[in-house]
Parts: sequence; structure tokens; C-alpha cells
Amino acid sequence: MIHQYKLNGYNIVLDVASGSVHVVDEVAYDVISMYKDHSEEDIISTLSTTYASDGVTKEDIAECIADVRALESDGKLFTRDIYEGLARNYKNNSKVVKALCLHVAHTCNLNCSYCFASQGKYQGDRALMTYEVGKRAFDYLIENSGTRTNLEVDFFGGEPLMNWEVVKRLVQYARSIEKEHGKNFRFTLTTNGLGITDEVIDFCNREMSNVVLSLDGRREVHDRFRVDYKGEGSYERILPKFKQLVEAREGKNYYMRGTFTHFNTDFTKDILHMADLGFKELSMEPVVCPQGDPYALTEEDLPILLEQYEILAREMIERNKRGEGFTFYHYMLDLKNGPCIYKRITGCGSGTEYMAVTPWGDLYPCHQFVGDEKYKLGDIWTGVTNTSVQDEFRSCNAYCREECKDCWARLYCSGGCAANAYHASGSINGVYSYGCELFKKRIECAVMIQVAEDDNV
Amino acid sequence: MNRIKTISTRDVNKSVKTGGCGECQTSCQSACKTSCGVANQKCENVNK
Repeated sequence: MIHQYKLNGYNIVLDVASGSVHVVDEVAYDVISMYKDHSEEDIISTLSTTYASDGVTKEDIAECIADVRALESDGKLFTRDIYEGLARNYKNNSKVVKALCLHVAHTCNLNCSYCFASQGKYQGDRALMTYEVGKRAFDYLIENSGTRTNLEVDFFGGEPLMNWEVVKRLVQYARSIEKEHGKNFRFTLTTNGLGITDEVIDFCNREMSNVVLSLDGRREVHDRFRVDYKGEGSYERILPKFKQLVEAREGKNYYMRGTFTHFNTDFTKDILHMADLGFKELSMEPVVCPQGDPYALTEEDLPILLEQYEILAREMIERNKRGEGFTFYHYMLDLKNGPCIYKRITGCGSGTEYMAVTPWGDLYPCHQFVGDEKYKLGDIWTGVTNTSVQDEFRSCNAYCREECKDCWARLYCSGGCAANAYHASGSINGVYSYGCELFKKRIECAVMIQVAEDDNV
Repeated sequence: MNRIKTISTRDVNKSVKTGGCGECQTSCQSACKTSCGVANQKCENVNK
């Protein structure tokens, strides 16, 4: 399967199964689109008429067809997708756990109305994880990680800084045992910023490989939702802390991560606002909420959002040329050293190699399922006991949905987010088609940026 | 090729033999937490 599209003056052809990317002129674009269901004579006859006024001869078109044929023989065009069996086997054979989302605090010092976790409580009671529960979670991870070296733990909430002493002790515990087990822990902290102090900055910059800082962009956008319990916006209070943390980060990863809603469909302005503030590693995600919520994205919003992604891509290219570049999470494609086929077809690993742990030590497929009792998988003492739900997640891959079988993006999204699918369709094997449209546009833009950068070399 | 420029990419097909070590980052652990983008994860296979 191939995918052809035109964006920002580039004609781009993706060969889905090989991952090849081609930039072509108009003639080649048309040749490729006709190649599989027209005879060579047909293609030459049709396109020699179409491009006669451009001086394109029949010989030129024949030569282009020969080039397409050579790429096909070389496994770079019209490559057959033979990976479906691999996806099933890989997930069935892999029983390791390599990442945990540790819910150290089911409480929050902000009261954001759009929070998917209902102010950090996940539809349950407020709670903080004890050191003992956290410690057992680390032991569980090591016991179940097999030969994996890199293990990831995200300190998540609610607001994890509300349980900061436990976070620090857990990091110390993990560091004290990683070498003897041959492991390398990589920590992430996701925070709203209110609790950041000099000591937090120092510790995070020493121990956390990534810090995710929640900022929605422009002050009025951020303060619409991200308010405290008095209803006061948090922008003014967190911004200096974020700046201080990022300045001290000295090259270590971080993300300024925003959420956009129906109320800021012009979210590119929020991303650029963050860039203008001096932040360079940015992420902006569509809100996750029930369709009836006033801030939910609507069908009418969709074309606006798709255009926004294009505006963003063009602006990033321009800023990069001026030496003012920044990264956007979804546009960070590494074409040369990107993921292998196993990663591309098996997805995020939720419910199998990646799970969320509640403050009480319960295991859920991921943070988005926490609080939904039927998705409780087990706990960190006895492990996964709800094997039928885990098997459902194990069966999730790039091929398990009918809709994905004809989709060119399946090896970029691996079938999509199970939680999004569940919220949109009632089944983790369903499809969140709205999210698919956004995702496909993001990949088109991401590839285009790579093409543009290649063009500038 | 006059009309086609191929950008240098990892041959996904060949990674059937060299891939699958599982040492790369879990996609949801980075920044999104709301979508499943696997394509922007870096390969961390030291033996490929």
C-alpha cells in the first residue's frame, strides 16, 4: 500500500510497509497513482496528453515508469504488508512488563474542569500512595521485566508533587536496586507546576529523564480550565517555575504539554506562545472528554484543527530556518533511526508491558482506565489475575480493527489508543475516527517537515 | 531518477530480522498520554 499527498508544495509518496518516503514531481505523482491499475500504454498515452504543454515526452513517461518499477523491485514502493502474523505472535510471546504509570497522588491542587481524571480522583476517593505500595510496585516491575534493561516509571497523578517525599524515596529505592538487577530506570514526572521548588528542580534535573509540564498556552486559554479551588487561574504562578526548571535542565528532556479544546481550536497560537516564551520542546493534545461536554471537540472543529496542524508545520519550518526552531512531539519523526516493525505493529503496550498502578496498588491497563472497575487487571502483590481483560489488550495491534486494514497510517499509530477507542466506541477494539483524522494529518505534516529539511541540506 | 527523490529511511521490512528487542520507550510515557503514536519513538536496539 502507498499513500500519496500534496502539502506545502511537496508531492509525497509513502510506501507503507517499507517505511520509504519519496518526493516526486507531478508526472511521477500521476504515474505512481496509475501504476497499479493501468497498463504502461495507458499511462503513457494519458500522461503524454496531460503534460504535452510542459514538454514531457512519451519517452520521459516510460522512463519514469521504469523508475517506479525499479523502486518496486527494490522493496521501496508497493511493498506488501506481511506483518499481521508477527504482531500476534510477538504480543503472545512477550510476557514482560517494562513500564509503569505510578499514580502516586489521586488528588490535585488544581481543579481543572476538563480533567479526564476528575481533579485527580479518577471517580474515586482522594488518596496518596504510601512508600510501601510504591516500593512493591518497583519490585513487581523488576520481577516481571525479564531481560529488558530499560524500565520506565512515570510519576503521575493527580498531582505527583503532592506526594513528593514518597516520589523521592522511591527514586532512591529504585536507584539502590537497579544495578544488581541489571536494570536502567528512566523516570518521568508529570506536573501542573504549582509545587515546584528549588529542591524539586534540583532533584528532577538529576533523576528524571523527562519532565512533563502542563501548560495550555496563552494565559487566557490556560486560565480557562487550569484553575485552583478558588477558581483562580494558575498561569501567573506556574510560568516562572517552569522557566526556572527548564533553564536548569541543561539539555535533559522535558515537554511543555498543553491540551486544546473546542474553545481554542486555534491551538497553534498556544504552541507558538510557548515557543515565544522560550520553551523548545512542546506538545499539545486534543482534550479527552465525553462528547456532550461544552469543551468537547466537534465535527465542525475538525477541518479547523486539520488546517492548524498545517499552519504549525509551515511555521516550524520557517522558524527553524531562522534558527528559532522548536520541536513538537507529534512531528518528531526519526526516519533513519525510527521504530522497528515490532514497535510499529504492537502499539503502546497498554495492559501488557505497560500498566498503571493506583495509590492502593491495583493494576489497570493504563492511566485512562483507572477507576473503571471492569478494567482492573489485578494488583502488584498477586499480579494480573483478570487475564481475560489482559488478553483483550494483548490482541490489540495494528491489524485487529477492520478499519485499519485499508488505512495507510496503521504502521505509524499501530491501531491507535485503546482508551480513545473505548471512549468513542465502547470497545478497545473499536475506532476513534475523529482521532484518526487528526493523527493522519499530523503524520502527513511530520513527514513533510522531514522532506523540507532534507530539501534544505 | 529525475522525477523521484527517495528520502533516506530505515527499512522497516528488514527490521523483521533485527528488531523486537523492546528496549525503546513506551510511547505513552513521553508526552501525549492520550494517543498512540509509535512512529516518533527512537530505536534503542544496541545490537541492530
